[in-house]
Amino acid sequence: MTTTASKPLSTALYRSRRLRLGSLLTLPLVWLVGLYIVSLALLLATAFWRVDPFTSKVTPAFQFDAFEQLLANEAYLSTSLRTLGIALTVTLLSAAFAIPLGIYMAKVASPWVRGFLAVAITLPLWAGYLVKILAMRVTFTEEGFFNSFFGVFGISGPGFSQTTVVLTLTYLWFPYMALPVYTAIRQIPVNLFDASADLGAKGWTTVRTVVLPLLAPALIAGSVFTFSLSLGDYIAAELVGGATQMIGSIIANNINLNPPVAAAFSMVPVAFVVLYLLATRRTGALERM
Amino acid sequence: MLRLTRGARVVLGAIVGVVLVFMYVPLLLVIVNSFNAARIPSWPIEEFSFRWWVAAFENEALWTAVGNSVIVGLGAMLIALLLGTLAAFALQRFDFFGKQTVNLLIVLPIALPGVVTGVAFSNTYNNVLEPAGIQLGYFGMIVAHATFCIVMVFNNVFARLRRMNPSMQEASADLGASLWQTFRLVTFPQFRTAFVAGALLAFALSFDEVVVTIFTAPAGVDTLPLWIFNQMSRPNEATQVNVIATVLILLSFIPVYVSQRLSRAEEDER
Repeated sequence: MTTTASKPLSTALYRSRRLRLGSLLTLPLVWLVGLYIVSLALLLATAFWRVDPFTSKVTPAFQFDAFEQLLANEAYLSTSLRTLGIALTVTLLSAAFAIPLGIYMAKVASPWVRGFLAVAITLPLWAGYLVKILAMRVTFTEEGFFNSFFGVFGISGPGFSQTTVVLTLTYLWFPYMALPVYTAIRQIPVNLFDASADLGAKGWTTVRTVVLPLLAPALIAGSVFTFSLSLGDYIAAELVGGATQMIGSIIANNINLNPPVAAAFSMVPVAFVVLYLLATRRTGALERM
Repeated sequence: MLRLTRGARVVLGAIVGVVLVFMYVPLLLVIVNSFNAARIPSWPIEEFSFRWWVAAFENEALWTAVGNSVIVGLGAMLIALLLGTLAAFALQRFDFFGKQTVNLLIVLPIALPGVVTGVAFSNTYNNVLEPAGIQLGYFGMIVAHATFCIVMVFNNVFARLRRMNPSMQEASADLGASLWQTFRLVTFPQFRTAFVAGALLAFALSFDEVVVTIFTAPAGVDTLPLWIFNQMSRPNEATQVNVIATVLILLSFIPVYVSQRLSRAEEDER
């Protein structure tokens, strides 16, 4: 009885499950719903507002003009498709290099080399987003390293172009693909490789029929990062893309000039990402992230 | 064992070599270029000098930007530590209706593109709060950063809680400890390393964030990434950027070292 009197709060919380859950969840939910979800909803609402063609003043309304422009305006539509193409290319490129790297680390490299490579892939993750974009600028700029080095062989670099955007985004997000793929290859039981070899499969056949199917969840998990991060990016396009425009560029450029168009366009990457997450969720790959 | 022919091993090794060159040569170029006397990052470098290092260290705007980044990072980290830990306890200890939705809510700010998060917050700040007479200013930037940092703390603490033995806390309560005493003496020491790792990740994420900052920073306030971004947008003045980028590349060894130490400490604890 004395303990009850001396620790009223602890006792009350101990007795009521609902009180305990409430005291834990209230603050995070108020923050995330009250600030974040409300902000997103307000942004979505702006997409239906009206822009006065003469004064460019925005007034609350309910019309679909901004959304119609996404499809009717050819520049907008091609930007959406281009962004989608860039994000898919970055994902495929990352996977194409992550798989051989993972096989080498897990099955060929000595323990020391394996540890070294694991740190080598992780380190650039910390080097900073803009630092890496700067690194690509320094490499591919007109009088920069790439042109000077490969110019000897008569090869000239992509300069600042859509190709450089793809390379830069791959550079930025590759570790997010490489790490899960490497971990997945390491987790494949050794006796599967033995069984495959005993049944007469050569190395390449084993990779194709044993390793690749088991890699699917890791590739999907990695692609969630490479795809969504590339899809929403516009800084790379702005700094190394020359005239390349992505969805983010249109949102950023229109937020003050034409808020409804910016708001409507914000929903495009959201829709793509949500669809992608839903598609991958069915595979169960996300539970492992 | 996976049996690979000699040729296959050589091809794999070559691909690994290409990946390493692709990852590290550009970073090395940044470091070398910080000593390039020229105004543009031209190659080969004709004259080496420390002039941009001196200029960067004497640049007050740069130091102010670093200070702002540290303040915003620490603020966002503290809020994320509180909210992320609370959410991790709620989702780990309880089953309730809408649990999946709460989980999605925590991940959403990092899953959605930064430009969407940034534009959404700036829209709320400028078009809703400001007309209502509420000026968030500097704090608005911290609020936005904290929102996408929560998931970092949440993931780390949640994963650790799942591995913890709940009977220790029951024993503590049976022995008459209050909830706070149990938390301080029994629960917290068990997830301390995850807590620190989450804090480090949250700070690093905020310190590196540029897109959300572009839209939520009050006029005239630069964080370090904003300062770098503005310099890079003016190509012919981007000389000190190489210096600060070199410092950031060297600093990135710290979190790698700490995370190695943490994972070792974690193994010792088990």
